[in-house]
Amino acid sequence: MTIKGKAYIAGVYEHPTRKADDKSLAQLHAEVARGALEDAGLTKADVDGYFCAGDAPGLGALSMADYMGLKLRHMDTTESGGSSYVIHVAHAAEAIALGKCDVALITLAGRPRAEGMATGTAPRNYGAGVPDVPFEFPYGPTVVNMYAMAAMRHMHQYGTTSQQLAWIKVAASHHAQHNPQALLREVVTVDDVVNSPIIADPLHRLDCCVITDGGGAVVVVRPEIAKRLSRPPVKVLGAGEAPKHQMGGKIDLTYCGAVWSGPAAFAEAGVKPGDVKYVSIYDSFTITVLITLEDLGFCAKGQGGKFVADGNLIAGTGRLPFNTDGGGLCNNHPANRGGMTKVIEAVRQLRGEAHPAVQVKNCDVALAHGTGGSLATRHGSATVIMGRE
Amino acid sequence: MASAQRTIPAPQPTPETQAFWDGTAAGKLMYKVCTACGQPHHYPRPLCPYCFSDRTEWREASGRGTIYSYSVMRRVPVPYAIAYVTLEEGPSMMTNIVDCDLDALRVGQPVRVVFTPTDGGPPVPTFTPA
Ligand SMILES: [Zn+2]
Repeated sequence: MTIKGKAYIAGVYEHPTRKADDKSLAQLHAEVARGALEDAGLTKADVDGYFCAGDAPGLGALSMADYMGLKLRHMDTTESGGSSYVIHVAHAAEAIALGKCDVALITLAGRPRAEGMATGTAPRNYGAGVPDVPFEFPYGPTVVNMYAMAAMRHMHQYGTTSQQLAWIKVAASHHAQHNPQALLREVVTVDDVVNSPIIADPLHRLDCCVITDGGGAVVVVRPEIAKRLSRPPVKVLGAGEAPKHQMGGKIDLTYCGAVWSGPAAFAEAGVKPGDVKYVSIYDSFTITVLITLEDLGFCAKGQGGKFVADGNLIAGTGRLPFNTDGGGLCNNHPANRGGMTKVIEAVRQLRGEAHPAVQVKNCDVALAHGTGGSLATRHGSATVIMGRE
Repeated sequence: MASAQRTIPAPQPTPETQAFWDGTAAGKLMYKVCTACGQPHHYPRPLCPYCFSDRTEWREASGRGTIYSYSVMRRVPVPYAIAYVTLEEGPSMMTNIVDCDLDALRVGQPVRVVFTPTDGGPPVPTFTPA
């Protein structure tokens, strides 16, 4: 049993807002849902499967089905932080392959900017009932210093440098200059990145993603439905998902769950890293991209610094174009959860609808990867590989 | 130079972790070992995260370890060092490095446990250069 060829991505939509003072969370979910359905050429009445994660209000799928007026026969609220939506694409394909639904709608939305959330620098307390909290929260773990510890260890073990990490931001900024909706459109240099203030050693301000409101949605459908629609069909080829955690104290910050989700996705898709023309890699921080690329097999372990340096991730000139919308580092990171926008830009590339300045030629196979939670400690990894018809 | 101390929020003990916090109050760093598979773990659980046996028992750690990784949080009112310290007994644990020069920390540095007061709860184990 495989999902290969059993489902197609028929519609995608990225909300244009980056600050949603005047919109509710539920409204944002509904607006992206409508956008993706319009993109597909479908209507709300066609939806019989709905997928959302922890960003949805209230009781998640129940609250949103109520708000949007959906009539469903399948729902899935798998919560894996920012990687959830990559998992949802795979789970939607599984549900469609099993006949549990025909048209699956996946939504993400959030308004951390409007709410003034100190996303990266304030510890989040998930409550005393969470078993790790008494042993972690007192020490002030934040998103940024947790990812910073992974970067620090990678530097120690493999000699990775801040300059090499900076190239990831530089590449993202080269792409974002062509995206009118990107929050940061200015092209930056390696010096700009390493001279920006340190937030948490060794990560600088420009090693960090943006904080934005907004959201996105994806519509996954049965092959028979995809063939009726007018948009270029994008086939789901394979997927993998894996949590990684602290392993009872056998902590290793140098790799992430992509070592498991990646091979599973490649095996199901029947392709190799060398076949992939474009990658969307979750870029909460520069280090997230570097470790993920190594673990997906695009370069040898420990060689990520050399791999990403010298513009090698820049579309048109680099060896592996990534995040051509500008990614979370420059364009958009709605709800502090980047998996959705990773899928959306990969679909644009496969359709040939990326900005002409960053469109990858003959883009027939693309990969999207999500990371949710805290890289290399307690996190979810999800990989989906998609192809053009 | 000694770093300024941030206020550390109180950990909330639970029945399964009470012995750990009784330990910190008495100046002892406790950890769990599974007598079924022989492996130590942290944070402490009644069921071994390796073999799922309930034959886990408390031991006192030496308090010696090395910094596995760390990061100094700079963009906050009182900068502080978060770290994973690998205990001599095996497990690595999240902690803070305190009473130190925040600019002189390094991966692999030997450290020893010290117990730092919290805001109304039991002290937490932190580490300082050995
Ligand atoms: Zn055991």
